[in-house]
Amino acid sequence: MLERLSNKKGIIAAGVAVGLSAVILTMFGNPANMGFCVACFLRDTVGGLGFHRAEVVQYIRPEIMGIVLGAFFMAKGKKEYYARGGSAPFTRFLLGMVVIIGALMFLGCPLRMILRLAGGDLNALVGLFGFIAGIFIGILFLKNGFSLKRTHRMAEIEGYLFPALNVGLLILLVASPAFIFFSAKPPGAAHAPVILSLIAGLVVGMLAQRTRLCMVGVIRDVILFRDWYLLTGYVAIFITVLIGNILLNKFNLGFSGQPIAHTDGLWNFLGMALAGWGSVLLGGCPLRQLIMAGEGNIDSVITVMGMATGAALAHNFGLASSANGPTLNGQIAVIIGFVVLLIVGYFNREKSTEVQLKGGVKVDLPIN
Amino acid sequence: MTYPLIDARGRSCPEPVILTQKALAQYPEGIEVLVDNTTSRDNIIRFGKNKGYQVKVEPEGSDFRMILVR
Repeated sequence: MLERLSNKKGIIAAGVAVGLSAVILTMFGNPANMGFCVACFLRDTVGGLGFHRAEVVQYIRPEIMGIVLGAFFMAKGKKEYYARGGSAPFTRFLLGMVVIIGALMFLGCPLRMILRLAGGDLNALVGLFGFIAGIFIGILFLKNGFSLKRTHRMAEIEGYLFPALNVGLLILLVASPAFIFFSAKPPGAAHAPVILSLIAGLVVGMLAQRTRLCMVGVIRDVILFRDWYLLTGYVAIFITVLIGNILLNKFNLGFSGQPIAHTDGLWNFLGMALAGWGSVLLGGCPLRQLIMAGEGNIDSVITVMGMATGAALAHNFGLASSANGPTLNGQIAVIIGFVVLLIVGYFNREKSTEVQLKGGVKVDLPIN
Repeated sequence: MTYPLIDARGRSCPEPVILTQKALAQYPEGIEVLVDNTTSRDNIIRFGKNKGYQVKVEPEGSDFRMILVR
């Protein structure tokens, strides 16, 4: 069956499985509309490690480790694992920070945006429009030759370090020594049992590795290449979670009173526009970065480190929104984020690429 | 090598597909593209087929040589 996951039936099956996992996790204790949220869970995890002291969002989320390790095992099994990196590492680190600051303005990564939508949260629809707008801008840069340059092979051991770090995080979670912080109140204290979260993460990590599930890839491929492959997966996630929410009586259509969300349309739009644009420049949404980090992609590991740093700063500096809405600091940070993307996007354009013709002649193919 | 060759190894998606698209606009009869990962390989296969090209994949060590012809 795993062989077939890259075809249409496969991606629909994967979408249904991801959707079911999300529904099950919220049934067993995860915060509402938050079966998965890469931004929120990274934020909780760095909080658990004490990198920020927002007491309500501290918990080492085993879903993250499950996703990374699931992708690692699947890539290993399919011989798609190899260590590579070296493509603009610090730029990627900064872009990771920017993406997460945008996501925490909106209160969710692109995957949670779909889960929120399936819970009836119409603020997520505003976020989706912003996300699509951001992807459009990112595509303009891609079409004009934006590139973070090539990756290179690295020593095998380099790729094992990040999955190993995630095993270490799981050990910290289970052993819970005194220096680890766990929220006493929700949303940080709202979580499914460790083993369930871990298994759900592993399932999603494996399936997302096989199918290349990526929220920014979906929209990018439709706009750029009229390729609908990934979209079918996300429609499957949406419908599965929608049905789950209706059956569990958790579907609540509207803007106000939505769980872990705010109603400021402008900043929901701008937050996800920032996340979408930044993710296009990075070549994948936060979930996809975790998956690639598990496949030995060190550039994605660096991006995840940037996302984790951005998540910690978002709470130390009061950038993250709350149910009460965005903060002034957060609004300033989002604007700075747009400036960073503009600079990174502008200065990383290539004018042409080399094409080798018959007989070994090399010519330049203009790409903008 | 029979067709114009683009070396897209090491580039992160969707760059290899964009390069493929731009190169086909210049050389519509056919091109060859070198990629080093299965995601790019699969994306180029889907892109090529959507555009009505025949896509042949030849593994070369850990890389893939993709041949797109009308």
